[in-house]
Amino acid sequence: MNLGDAPLTPAPIVWEPMLPMIIVFVTGVLCMCVEMLRPKQTNNLIVVLSLAGLAVAGALIVLDWTAAVFHQPPSEFFGVRFGGSPEEAGGGLFIHDRFGQSVQLILIASTFITILFSEGYLRERRIPFGEYYPLVLWSAVGGMIMASTRDLMIFFLGLETLSIALYVLAGLNSKEKRSQEAALKYFLLGAFASSFLLFGIALIYGATGTTHILGIPMLMNHASADPTAGKILIGGIAMVLIGFGFKAALVPFHMWTPDVYQGAPTTVTAFMAAGSKAAAFGALVRFVGAITQPELIDAWLPALAIVAVLTMTVGNLIALAQRDAKRIIGYSSIAHAGYLLVAVVAWAHSRGSIGLDTVVYYLGAYSITTIGAFAVLSLTAKAGREGTQLEDYNGLWKRAPFAAAAMIVFMASLAGVPPTGGFVGKLLIFKDALDQDYTWLAIALGINSVLSVFYYLRIVFAVCVDEPDERRSQFAKPNAGMLTAAGACALAVLAMGVFTSAVLQTMGLSLPAESGSASRSVAQKP
Amino acid sequence: MQPTPLGPLTAVIFLPLAFAVFLMLVPQQFVRVHRYAALGGAVVTFIASLTLYRDFSGNTFHFQYYEAARWIPQLGISFKVGIDGISLWLVLLTTFIGVIAVWFSFYVNHRAKEFMIYLLILETAMIGVFCSLDLIQFYVFFEATLIPMYFLIAIWGGGNRTYAAIKFFLYTFLGSIFMLIAIIALYFIAKSKLGRGTFDLMELQVLAAQGNLAAGSVQIWLFAAFALAFAVKVPFFPVHTWLPDAHTEAPTAGSIVLAAVMLKMGTYGFIRFCLPLFPEASIQAAPFMMGLAVVGILYGAVMAAVQVDWKRLVAYSSVSHLGFVMLGVFAINHNGLTGSVLQSVNHGVSTGALFLLVGMIYERRHTRLFKDYGGLKRQMPIFAALFLIVMLSSVGLPSLNGFIGEFLCLAGSFQAAFEGALHIPFWMPVLAGGGVVLAAVYLLWMYQKSFYGKLDQPENRRLRDIKPWEQAACGLFVVLIFWLGLFPTFFTEKMETSINAVRHQTTLPAGQRPCWNDDGVDINHQGDVVQASSRNPENIGDWKQGRVIAPSNHFRQRDSAISAEREKR
Repeated sequence: MNLGDAPLTPAPIVWEPMLPMIIVFVTGVLCMCVEMLRPKQTNNLIVVLSLAGLAVAGALIVLDWTAAVFHQPPSEFFGVRFGGSPEEAGGGLFIHDRFGQSVQLILIASTFITILFSEGYLRERRIPFGEYYPLVLWSAVGGMIMASTRDLMIFFLGLETLSIALYVLAGLNSKEKRSQEAALKYFLLGAFASSFLLFGIALIYGATGTTHILGIPMLMNHASADPTAGKILIGGIAMVLIGFGFKAALVPFHMWTPDVYQGAPTTVTAFMAAGSKAAAFGALVRFVGAITQPELIDAWLPALAIVAVLTMTVGNLIALAQRDAKRIIGYSSIAHAGYLLVAVVAWAHSRGSIGLDTVVYYLGAYSITTIGAFAVLSLTAKAGREGTQLEDYNGLWKRAPFAAAAMIVFMASLAGVPPTGGFVGKLLIFKDALDQDYTWLAIALGINSVLSVFYYLRIVFAVCVDEPDERRSQFAKPNAGMLTAAGACALAVLAMGVFTSAVLQTMGLSLPAESGSASRSVAQKP
Repeated sequence: MQPTPLGPLTAVIFLPLAFAVFLMLVPQQFVRVHRYAALGGAVVTFIASLTLYRDFSGNTFHFQYYEAARWIPQLGISFKVGIDGISLWLVLLTTFIGVIAVWFSFYVNHRAKEFMIYLLILETAMIGVFCSLDLIQFYVFFEATLIPMYFLIAIWGGGNRTYAAIKFFLYTFLGSIFMLIAIIALYFIAKSKLGRGTFDLMELQVLAAQGNLAAGSVQIWLFAAFALAFAVKVPFFPVHTWLPDAHTEAPTAGSIVLAAVMLKMGTYGFIRFCLPLFPEASIQAAPFMMGLAVVGILYGAVMAAVQVDWKRLVAYSSVSHLGFVMLGVFAINHNGLTGSVLQSVNHGVSTGALFLLVGMIYERRHTRLFKDYGGLKRQMPIFAALFLIVMLSSVGLPSLNGFIGEFLCLAGSFQAAFEGALHIPFWMPVLAGGGVVLAAVYLLWMYQKSFYGKLDQPENRRLRDIKPWEQAACGLFVVLIFWLGLFPTFFTEKMETSINAVRHQTTLPAGQRPCWNDDGVDINHQGDVVQASSRNPENIGDWKQGRVIAPSNHFRQRDSAISAEREKR
């Protein structure tokens, strides 16, 4: 069955639902222009501009917070046909639903907070380049695209937009060897993963005749007719999962994470750990959601469950041996990817009987927590140098008591100690896992939580307990942006732990927003 | 039973937190403000908790001050608090110890603001643990104690504080994470039985009372997950090793709070959650748990006897004393449970006082080793006298508080072994009785080594007796020691019905167990489960007219019937 031959009438592109992305993108362009024109003193104008653009985009998403699912109809763009699956499948190149909106909002919030504390940090590191801001914004646009499509080509487009900006950002500090190494490593391995993804897309296209992921269930419904296509499809799914696994830092595709996290400038690391991961999981959820056929679920969910356990265990075990705070958070982000994967597996296994609220809630709590933690960690950048060993943070409580207190909240949240957003997130994951009879995954997660406590406590100990070491401890004066970022994150993390009900209510994802099957009614705009 | 909106009990729980938030807003150079505001907060909380006592009725086992609010309705989580006769005393103990801990911490000069903030947050979390009627809410409070205590040990602790603090945190976290999984499993069991999931203790207990909550190995696993969390906290014998380190390295206030209140969170958890929710598993596990308790009693006592460090000795004595409490809990009879609750309070008072006294001398000499002391009695007579009373109360001298609790625990366990219902072998309580003797050995030894003998250390010659305010603080403890020792009924009369309720919830056959939720049932002063339909609404617990549903001593009767059958065969 060749879906590509299905009759297709190109419809005009509906721009409104894509407005937030476009605004962020245009803000990036404007920032670039200002950068070229600016008088050479400060980046303040660029910062204000990008914050304003993000705020507008975020506000648009919040104002447009509807339950209605909208699919961009397949359309032609400069003669190229996008969204090749038939309309009755509810497909299209752009999907506008609550899940996509939530991930976009997480991305925008992450970018906003990152930019809040970027300027002070970049100045202290002596890398005050104006192009940083447009790159971050464009990277965010890439992530937003990834979370809002079901077309594999658009996935790829989003992924590359996200990644290429990040390759440049990782090497922003071109004078420092570690930053160069991070950029090169990230680029090489990233390109490798991209080729996996492309290869997978090609295989899936070969099997189904469409790059739209809803082609997979449609093909599988007719799989009995064409067994070869089914085999090619399974290979294609594997390749695509590898591609996404790389971006989400799942074991065994995690090798780049610690080095890149350590070498990249701290603000970039913060964005990578939060924004890039949210985008990758957004895409992963969309993709896994399309694999609804029992044969495919049986093939892939056990594998994903094992990857989840591996990811969290490897991440945690290696984190235990680290002495560098950024590396620790890097490995901890791998572990959290494992926790999140448990939620994704449980969600996919339930086939729509549990909602996506767990994934989104955890992503949100994790992103905010991690960015806040990096905001505090960025305080050791002073006069062009930055110490990220644990000892370099000794005595931060004396120099910046507020930031140190915020750090307690962040580490508690990452470890899953109540009353924080991280705790509620873990509670939700436990709940979903037990709901789907994945007790062994829940127990593995529990054991891993205990392991992780050990290194989170080490960071807390360095930041809040140890006396300052006059030779090592060099702290920048906390600026208003950084304090706002850390304070807002800490408050948000606590609020997510206490006012969980309101957050879940607003998110409105506890009912399945997207079951991945084609049966869902399609609400199209005229 | 209908809950009231948030009221006095919630206020008591969150008062210390409110003061902590106030302290956060005051800049750190105003050390005196921090100290007095924290003391004010602790005193206000204590007075507020006394008003709870005033209106508390000992005539019903139902929760009083039952207050509820919506929290996370999507997940079946609500904010529910309430106290019964068991939690009442633990709440009062917590608020009292809170005052003492803050008061004695006036000596802290290093990061005084944070110290007071952590103490107050800790107090809120501890009171919350004893009042929570929702399992997730309980877990939140249970875990919220970790971070403040971690910092109290890690920042203001002794030489080996890093190790001790991390060990404390990891052990407790390890235990409780599996409890969280078990709690969520209970949610799904409730969902399959009720059609909607809930974390409400009372609703879950109704299921347990009908024998519907979980059966067979599932119940045993759930019991094990809960028991592990609480066993670490108690601490039970094989998982006790965090305690000597944490107690020894913690600052005085930390040690007092840890020993007096935080260990009780474990025993309280057993009584409040393990027994009523998993009755069959509790009865099955009783010999095993009791065996561990006996090992803990003897092991703790022997270890205490060979310590050279004051605080370590008291820490191991806690392992031993808490063994008695667990002995009482798993005797699952009236004497045992009464003894265990009473001994929980007693241990809080005695060990709290011991740590306070040790802290006083430590502040003067900065050493905790016996060999640095000797002959202190001549130098500090008042201190020596107070120490003697507290030490003897810990030994369990009749007329002081320790005696009553330990005696009841031992009597309960003998009774359980004698009745044979729990298959407890006789040697267990017999060996446990030996622990009382050992307690006398190590405590008297300690007293002899430090207070008698020659005053051979020159530094000790400069020691003065304790100051009046310190005497006052210790005096409060001494009053409590005599009060608990001479008039235990004052304390037991309010806990009787609650204890009988736990006992019946565990040992009655499914279907007859009294439910906290069921207004039609109450327990009279003989311990019989009675119908409370004729109850006067003006005076809750006016059960006099009620028909007896289950007699107080049903367990023994049932069992003697079984043993009679056995003999026939």
